[in-house]
Amino acid sequence: MSAGPVLLELRDLHAHLSTRWGVVRAVDGVSLTVREGETLGLVGESGCGKTMTALSILRLLPQPAGRIVAGQILLEGEDLVPKSERQMRRIRGRRISMILQDPQTSLNPVFSVGNQLVEALRVHRAGPRRRLRALAQEALRQVRVAAPAQRLRDFPHQMSGGMKQRVVGAIAVSGPPRVLIADEPTTALDVTIQLQYLTLLEEIQERTRLAMLFITHDFGIVARICDRVAVMYAGRIVESGPTRELFAAPRHPYTQALMAAVPRMDESVERLPAIDGQPPALQRLPPGCRFAPRCRHADDRCQREYPAVFAVGREHEAACWRAESSPSR
Amino acid sequence: MQRYILRRLMQGAVLLVVLAIVVFALARVTGNPADLLLREDATAEDRAHLLKALGLDRPTHQQLLIFLKGAVRGDLGDSIRYRKPAVEVFFERLPNTVGLVSIALVGAMVVAIPLGMLAAVGRGTLVDRAAGAVAVLGIATPSFWLGIVLIYVFSIQLGWLPSARMGTPAHYVLPVITLGAFLVAGMMRLVRSSVLEVLDSEFVKLARIKGLTQTVVLWKHCLRNALIPVVTLFGVFFALLVTGAIVTETVFAWPGVGRLTYEAVIFRDYPLLQAVILLKAIIVLGVNLVVDILYAYLDPRVRYA
Repeated sequence: MSAGPVLLELRDLHAHLSTRWGVVRAVDGVSLTVREGETLGLVGESGCGKTMTALSILRLLPQPAGRIVAGQILLEGEDLVPKSERQMRRIRGRRISMILQDPQTSLNPVFSVGNQLVEALRVHRAGPRRRLRALAQEALRQVRVAAPAQRLRDFPHQMSGGMKQRVVGAIAVSGPPRVLIADEPTTALDVTIQLQYLTLLEEIQERTRLAMLFITHDFGIVARICDRVAVMYAGRIVESGPTRELFAAPRHPYTQALMAAVPRMDESVERLPAIDGQPPALQRLPPGCRFAPRCRHADDRCQREYPAVFAVGREHEAACWRAESSPSR
Repeated sequence: MQRYILRRLMQGAVLLVVLAIVVFALARVTGNPADLLLREDATAEDRAHLLKALGLDRPTHQQLLIFLKGAVRGDLGDSIRYRKPAVEVFFERLPNTVGLVSIALVGAMVVAIPLGMLAAVGRGTLVDRAAGAVAVLGIATPSFWLGIVLIYVFSIQLGWLPSARMGTPAHYVLPVITLGAFLVAGMMRLVRSSVLEVLDSEFVKLARIKGLTQTVVLWKHCLRNALIPVVTLFGVFFALLVTGAIVTETVFAWPGVGRLTYEAVIFRDYPLLQAVILLKAIIVLGVNLVVDILYAYLDPRVRYA
């Protein structure tokens, strides 16, 4: 899909969570861009800061523990970090929205689907109840829910997981937003439903040209839906680039290790390689490269100094000292 | 739903029969009313006469049958002390207790729900800690002590409020506070913990993502979910208080069923005691049924199950 102007840009974003065990640097200098009509995949292990990055963008970090300490979040060029809660409310749902991971818990069990969908519509537009109801039906139709008029009266527990996630999708795009964050939206779904859901997201994107930040740890999904990928490790982006190029020639040892851990259809292996060790605790980060303790190629410099970001191809960057010396193609 | 209610009613009936037998047995092992009713200089003849008049001269199983037969017809015997049907005595007193308890409960809710909400939203702040301290105090203070202290301060020292019996609305103030202190404490902690749980949920996150205001998130999305356990507690409390405001009613000489229970025990008026316990059991069962129906209204998952 051809990409338009940049809709969302993070510049050196830092977000901290204060916990009983110390300050967790959950997002530690993340920069990324997503253009109109483009999907950026944000991949990484659990706990590497993907979801916290997403919540930072919406300014919905867990309170009172979480806060943005530095950096900029530019939505269509406008910085969201200094915005007040009141101003943010006008942006949430209408200009940026988000789909959560687990459809079983993301709808309120005590209100009907119609109530929750109409509520989302009403936040940003006035209108008589009947008209909002009609809009809600239309929203359900767009996420391919059959018999929307009946479904509006249903309660969440009367729907399947896939159907609920469609409703969550309908709520998320009802704004309609310019930027959609999808936080592992298919992880909780059956494999057969996953593909349908991804197709649905693609359709919506094609129609509305929204910019999508797709958080996942599934490289299969990345290959299927993302135009570009950013790989996150311990609160930082270690490598980013166009999906095709990054898949063909991953440059950061972490990306390489992740790729090696993905099973391939055309090879039979006894055992998939795993990455030794654990990601570092985010409240006690090593001074140098965060991946150094687990990296086969790490040397003294890696332990000491956090690597700069090097261009290793067209729009392809890696934060690794080894990328410095290697010729960029 | 109708079948469910029917089933619950049948269960209740079985429970009542068992309870009736237990109450009947208990009343007879704890002493004899003749000892209290007769004057000290009464003769053996007087005693036999009285026992015959009360039907206590018959074999126990016959007494039980008479009691059960009467109970089915709504006749639980005459109160020995009041010399009229025990059921009538009970229902004369019941409105006084229901009035007192309802005011205390509604008052407690009006205070406890916003307070619990506030404590949950400001978790860890000064407000939360202060509310927590007040709650512990409320739970730990025995109502007979609180009642007496309130009477001492507001009736005796300040002379602002009446200390005992019914009459004007002012008579309600001290007993309501005594009952309510304990209720507010328990309810507030429950509201706080259930709001905290709901605040952490994904649907609250989605509500925020929609761009809803904090007010709507709290009072719509949180409250309804957080109230589900509170409603359960409400029912339990209501039943508990109607049947168990004995201490408070005794301290304030409140002419309700709590005090009636106390009197029935003290005067060994066991037709009355039997009636009081059985009728209270019916109230408890009835309230629980109503709570379960209310529950279904609050939580559609129950409604359609």
